[in-house]
Amino acid sequence: MKEILIISGKGGTGKTTLTASLAKYMKSKVICDADVDAADMFLLLKPNVRKKMNFKGKSVAIIDQDKCTSCDQCRKQCRFNAIDAENGNYTVNPYSCDGCTLCTLVCPVNAIRMEQMVVGEWYISQTESGKMVHARLYPGAENSGNLVTMVKRQAHILAEEEGSEYVIVDGPPGIGCPVTSALSGANLAIIVTEPTFSGIHDLERVYEIAEHFKVPVWIVINKYDLNTENSKKIEKFASGKGIDVIEKIPFSKCIIDSVVKGEIPADNCEELKKVVEKLTDKF
Amino acid sequence: MKIAIASGKGGTGKTIVSTSISMSVNNAVYVDMDVEEPNGAIFIKPEISREIRYTVPIPEFYEDKCIYCRKCEESCVYNAISIIPQAKKILFFEELCHSCGVCKYVCPVEQAIIEKPKAIGTIRIGEKNGLKFIDGILDVGIPSSVPLLSGMKKYIPNDEIVIIDSPPGASCPVVEVVKDSDFVLLVTEPTPFGLNDLDIALDIVKDMEKPHAIIVNKSENNNNLAREFAEKRGEYIAMEIPFDRKIAENYSKGIPLLTEEYKIRFKKLVEDIREGKL
Repeated sequence: MKEILIISGKGGTGKTTLTASLAKYMKSKVICDADVDAADMFLLLKPNVRKKMNFKGKSVAIIDQDKCTSCDQCRKQCRFNAIDAENGNYTVNPYSCDGCTLCTLVCPVNAIRMEQMVVGEWYISQTESGKMVHARLYPGAENSGNLVTMVKRQAHILAEEEGSEYVIVDGPPGIGCPVTSALSGANLAIIVTEPTFSGIHDLERVYEIAEHFKVPVWIVINKYDLNTENSKKIEKFASGKGIDVIEKIPFSKCIIDSVVKGEIPADNCEELKKVVEKLTDKF
Repeated sequence: MKIAIASGKGGTGKTIVSTSISMSVNNAVYVDMDVEEPNGAIFIKPEISREIRYTVPIPEFYEDKCIYCRKCEESCVYNAISIIPQAKKILFFEELCHSCGVCKYVCPVEQAIIEKPKAIGTIRIGEKNGLKFIDGILDVGIPSSVPLLSGMKKYIPNDEIVIIDSPPGASCPVVEVVKDSDFVLLVTEPTPFGLNDLDIALDIVKDMEKPHAIIVNKSENNNNLAREFAEKRGEYIAMEIPFDRKIAENYSKGIPLLTEEYKIRFKKLVEDIREGKL
């Protein structure tokens, strides 16, 4: 079984559009949406949820007001500035709390306890294009690397059970913890970029991480004709890194219109379908 | 006044909107807190006058002092420490460490754990034609941007107009930025993706009780998705920026949205926010 991950560095380059299209035209696969902060693939693949589970994240400190003596130790020692004191009333800001437990240790009267929070949900669903594992992180919840690991693991288990050849993963944007979680265990990373200065800058940063994890990289330039000069720069970057697979998708109103209608763009747009077929042939 | 520009979904036009607003009004401060992928400098092209390597404390373990009681290992909720008493070995996984200080606090031996600074990113301060510029660049391989974001706050002056380019998404980094802002402008695009992510971002902003408004980028006349969404949620659309291939091409070259028309619209937008009209 092979895991194919789609990432981009920069957001909005067309990661989900390409992943949903690949997912539709690939054979023998489990689909996984690991962009858990902004999980959008369901809008195109329209999954029917078959199994729903809670995702427990970090623990958060809670101060027992009856026991608290307002000694200020917890607030002073917290490295995350998570403890607010208003008129001698001490409370924990759950958004800032990192769950480290230092406050529970420094409290002289044992007034602070930790409570694990349910911070999201994950699902196993059926779509027209096959089985899909996806998740929803509650707004403002902790950085989502653990949930990324969780949905990927579930997708792998499902692929084993089903005897699927591939797991195709829509990855998170950026270069932080969720991306490193997504890269770990991937057999191939397809970086979707665009010929803008921002796109190139972010491509270089996310490439560095993929290289660090020794994951082979292919590059897809989306909207390549928006700035052909920049597209050439990307091709030069790729050849400098010894990347030989590089595909180009033109700027296309058809793709935007399909997404707006909630339809899989490769179904409607020949220019994207061609790229999808070329890529799936090479897998 | 701090105005955060956020979006939920990436690529909706957060950076072009925040740099363009900053360059349209007089004496603004532009702060790029999208530290995983900071791109504001591409549009503003500032002259950097100061660079600060930002550090967080991480523990250093001294095996000669350690009594291998394993208290630090048991207390570390991030599983960043492994102690092997038989081999008198301490394994520390730096990339898992959150710099919380628990290990040092629980260690019964003096000098067995000493905290040392570790650089996680760079904060740059600069200027361009009267516009103050600050950005943060997270080092590649650093798992969380939150410490760098909270460190950047010390360098943000208390000026009249501070425009903050926020990270995308709807998790900790956005919260870290939005919590200190006075107003939030949410940039979206009229697609199901854009609106789904806007919906999530709105939940946070409302939960934090921040005054806010929506900017619809790449809007089209025949596309009422965003307007219907806003009406249903009782949200206000402060500005619509029509889809224009020319804007997209300029963006690809690092040129912000600074025609006379847009300068006037952005100026008016900031005035309305400051006067509490939105």
